[in-house]
Amino acid sequence: AFGLTGKPSALSTDEKPNSFDEITNYNNFYEFGTGKTDPAQNAGSLKPQPWSVRIDGMVDRPGSYGVEDLVPESALEERIYRLRCVEAWSMIIPWLGVPLSSVLNKAGVQSGAKYVAFQTLLDPEQMPGQSYRIIDWPYREGLRLDEAMHPLAILATGLYGKVLPNQNGAPIRLVVPWKYGFKSIKSIVSITLTDQEPQTSWQMLQANEYGFYANVNPQVDHPRWSQATERRIGAGLFGGRQETLMFNGYGDQVASLYAGMDLKKFY
Amino acid sequence: MIQHLNQRLHRLPVWAVWLASAIPLALLIWDTFMGGLGVDPVRDIEHRLGRTALYFLIATLCVKPLLRLARLNLMRFRQALGLITFAYAACHLLAWAVFDMALLWPQMLKDVVKRPYLIFGMIAILMLLALALTSNRYSIRRMGANWRHLHRLIYPAAILAAVHWLWALKVWESKPLSLLFAILFLLFLRFPGAFGFVGRLLGWRRAG
Repeated sequence: AFGLTGKPSALSTDEKPNSFDEITNYNNFYEFGTGKTDPAQNAGSLKPQPWSVRIDGMVDRPGSYGVEDLVPESALEERIYRLRCVEAWSMIIPWLGVPLSSVLNKAGVQSGAKYVAFQTLLDPEQMPGQSYRIIDWPYREGLRLDEAMHPLAILATGLYGKVLPNQNGAPIRLVVPWKYGFKSIKSIVSITLTDQEPQTSWQMLQANEYGFYANVNPQVDHPRWSQATERRIGAGLFGGRQETLMFNGYGDQVASLYAGMDLKKFY
Repeated sequence: MIQHLNQRLHRLPVWAVWLASAIPLALLIWDTFMGGLGVDPVRDIEHRLGRTALYFLIATLCVKPLLRLARLNLMRFRQALGLITFAYAACHLLAWAVFDMALLWPQMLKDVVKRPYLIFGMIAILMLLALALTSNRYSIRRMGANWRHLHRLIYPAAILAAVHWLWALKVWESKPLSLLFAILFLLFLRFPGAFGFVGRLLGWRRAG
């Protein structure tokens, strides 16, 4: 399937999306190199088909699911989201995907489950950057169950009416728009329901800089740089900077998830 | 062969080095206007200027060891290489302030005193500024031995510049790491006995 369409969503922003060229040539996907253009150059070695996702842990129907079964084309929605990278740049991306909750419900989440753990493919043949141990591969991410069930959290399989390009996390990736981009794990091979807070790659690498929550928060700086403002990719040489919004502008929808929590402590 | 090369270099005017050093800047300007910078030109301009400054800084540091190890005499060009380093570093700083930070003075000032990688970069460029300002015959004559002491600042400036690059990244990247090691090696060569040690390591016989 090369042309995809998705139902429009009320959760989409009306800001103007970045171009396809910008979205596919400016990526952090260290499995293909640390440079912003490395993924576009090197991700050709990834084979996104056939692909299955293992769903296990505290679910009623554990097993290996095909991407097409988890995200049927007929269920696709277009979600135009802001993406805020922890490096203080941002984009607007028209994703195609389905709510993560719909996928988790297919497997049947058991009542004791509290967290969802995700893993990216581990295969240095397909992901040459994994030959360098800059991160303890495979890439790992996680969400609290209520975050995962939130309507804004989606699994995307496309963007701009096209099948997801390899450098953007083909064939299936997470998108959690109120968190820094690194939470939105790419090329997912496993989803595990658990009652323990899962380890996440960036937290494992540098826990004082990257926390489990990683909510976009202009008041809590990265220890080495400010998160107060951001630079919009595509704005040009004199595009300037704009203020970063709490929860990346999704506070109305998600702030209640963190009611009573000290976000300076749970960064 | 070295002698022959030195004779040729002796005839090369210093302005030729200045001219050649403008090539990276010319290519950058070309790419900027021809759309060759990709999706994020701000980042590319800023980073390319910074990298070029560090390359020229390392080239400056190589002049003395090349003379002592290989008898290659580039001393006539050292002042130019140092000033070119400062020029690229200044352009890098300017690109950060104008394009990246959009002259948001409050945030820039807050960041510069708080963020180690920016503090390192700023101290490095202040050191290079001091060296650039005293890079003239008048200062050399007036300052005497102090001039040589002051110009040893090029080593801490180089180390700070490399750490500034490393510290701005999320993971350890090989390029800035190798440049830092190169600088530390060049610093090591300054110590008495280092040349003999390196020579023995490489199995060379010490020439005079």
